[in-house]
Amino acid sequence: MTRSDLDRPVRVLQPSESGGTAEGQKADEVPTTWTGKFRAVWMRTLPPDKMLPERQPAYVSSWIYVFGMLTIVSLIVVVASGLVLTMGGVAWWHTSSIGHYVNSLHFWSVQLFFVFMVIHLWGKFWMSAWRGRRATTWITGAIAMIASIVTGFTGYLIQSNFNSQWIAFESKDVLNSVGLGALINVTDFGQMVLLHVCLLPLAVGVVVVIHVLLVRFRGVVPPLEAIDPMLEVAAKEAKS
Amino acid sequence: MSTRHAVRDDLDSRPWTGPTRRYDILKEGAIALAIVAVLTFGLSALFSSPDEPALTFKGWSQSAPDNMYATMVAEMSGSSETAGYGPPYNVNSDGLSIGPLALQKWFGVTHPIDAAQDFVIAPLQSQQQPDAVTAAVSQWTSASADQRTAWATAYEDALNDPAGANGDATKVPAGDYGPVPTLAAAVVAMASSGAYDGALASAGGHFFNTDNTKQTMLMGDGSYMDDLATAGNLQGNTWGMVNETGSWPGQQWLATYSFWYQLPMFNNEDPNNTVATVLTDNADAIIFAIMFVVILLFVFLPFIPGLRSIPRWIPIQRLVWRQYYREYGKR
Amino acid sequence: MNGMAALDQPAQYLTWGWLSSSIPNLIVVGIMLALFVGALLIPFPKESE
Repeated sequence: MTRSDLDRPVRVLQPSESGGTAEGQKADEVPTTWTGKFRAVWMRTLPPDKMLPERQPAYVSSWIYVFGMLTIVSLIVVVASGLVLTMGGVAWWHTSSIGHYVNSLHFWSVQLFFVFMVIHLWGKFWMSAWRGRRATTWITGAIAMIASIVTGFTGYLIQSNFNSQWIAFESKDVLNSVGLGALINVTDFGQMVLLHVCLLPLAVGVVVVIHVLLVRFRGVVPPLEAIDPMLEVAAKEAKS
Repeated sequence: MSTRHAVRDDLDSRPWTGPTRRYDILKEGAIALAIVAVLTFGLSALFSSPDEPALTFKGWSQSAPDNMYATMVAEMSGSSETAGYGPPYNVNSDGLSIGPLALQKWFGVTHPIDAAQDFVIAPLQSQQQPDAVTAAVSQWTSASADQRTAWATAYEDALNDPAGANGDATKVPAGDYGPVPTLAAAVVAMASSGAYDGALASAGGHFFNTDNTKQTMLMGDGSYMDDLATAGNLQGNTWGMVNETGSWPGQQWLATYSFWYQLPMFNNEDPNNTVATVLTDNADAIIFAIMFVVILLFVFLPFIPGLRSIPRWIPIQRLVWRQYYREYGKR
Repeated sequence: MNGMAALDQPAQYLTWGWLSSSIPNLIVVGIMLALFVGALLIPFPKESE
């Protein structure tokens, strides 16, 4: 910052123009920049109280609802332990007891991640949580699960131990049988390492973010047999 | 669509206007993170994680030298799994198909393996050998392809004759085997010194090499790795993909995929059952196709009539929302 | 750091026809089912305002 910057007179923003929200703008003021238009759409779609609400519908009252969050935080532990593993290189954990412990963290957090994700899936299935234009939420969740399984599988391939030798040998036949082995070679350690630590986690992360944003955007699905609160209001009004 | 249905859809899709409760998402997340972190650190400290060392060719040559010897003979005769695999390694078979769709052939040979050359001759040529071995290598390389196959096939038949040598190289009767016995013995000797692992890893004179295709294929041609996998319950027809070495839990998330391999029709060993034999021979491709459909059903479940109605027929949802229904009633 | 009860020993397997599972895998499935049933049956705390 130069001296002249500091010398420049400061114009105090008026309350009406200081708000970072679309509501902060004058109602008749239509955004003209890409940024402004994007912000307007974002604020209309996912305003802060929808993105980070302090209240939930009263029916959000079962332990089954915590398994989505448990899956996300498990993914955070999976990624964190994986990042520590990458720092030591691909063979570190065979030769260092600390490395082996970090590998154990990665192993067990993955087990927890899948346990929680499957319970989350069971819960959402029995709630038929795709109702009310929430099909995309289900679809992104399903894709996240499949991407996670593929990511997990490539992780098992790059353990560089007996298990990874064996499953590489076994699974190559599956990919070869439909021609995919030409593109994705499970017996190529280098290719599997890069897929596992870069492309696939990125894919899982992006799909999970979209999934969570969709959950916040649509809200939690109402119970299958909930009484419509609008009808109740109408009935009360009719009585009085 | 009935009016009631329309009203219902409307309730599901419009923002909730009914009663609400306080629910702190970030606090929930922080507690969940603490729980998962404690569980992960605890389970890791208690149970560690699996790491059975990778197999080596040195280990194979020392644990099962006869099997490695016989495998090398099979690489030379062309009877090994790799030698006859087809795409993407060579053109010695068409590979699998789903009915008329031979997808395995579509991309051609992208990871070429010449079994005799890559597994026997090139590794032997990569380092100084005794004179007898050098002579055997030149005899092989200067012979015609037909001659090589004739030598190796004659020797393989004699070596594996159950009424004769039955796998014991010292009991093979004399015959026109060319350099085959010398070459196979030379590879086993090289492997037992540890040099063969290095020769395959730096094949083609590459300093950097992260592609283990050839090593993996060769390791699978013998019975050494296969026997260890059987002992560890890791074979595909015994849910091997969902199992783990030692007593750790495995990749159970692959169970839906592994399931199909357990069905008798994809596990057929009765040669008279021709339909099952076709299914079993092409199991990898057919099960891939089945799983493709299963995955589509799973992803698009909200649109699949019948499947999407199961939660209405089996109302487990009443347990989920019983507190809400009790307090605010249900239709 | 290699684990107080490292699970190096081969697992026991249970087999019913073509269905088979290692004990460790069964334990994980059991935990999953128990968590699911528990999540449905255990009352969720009322809000504290």
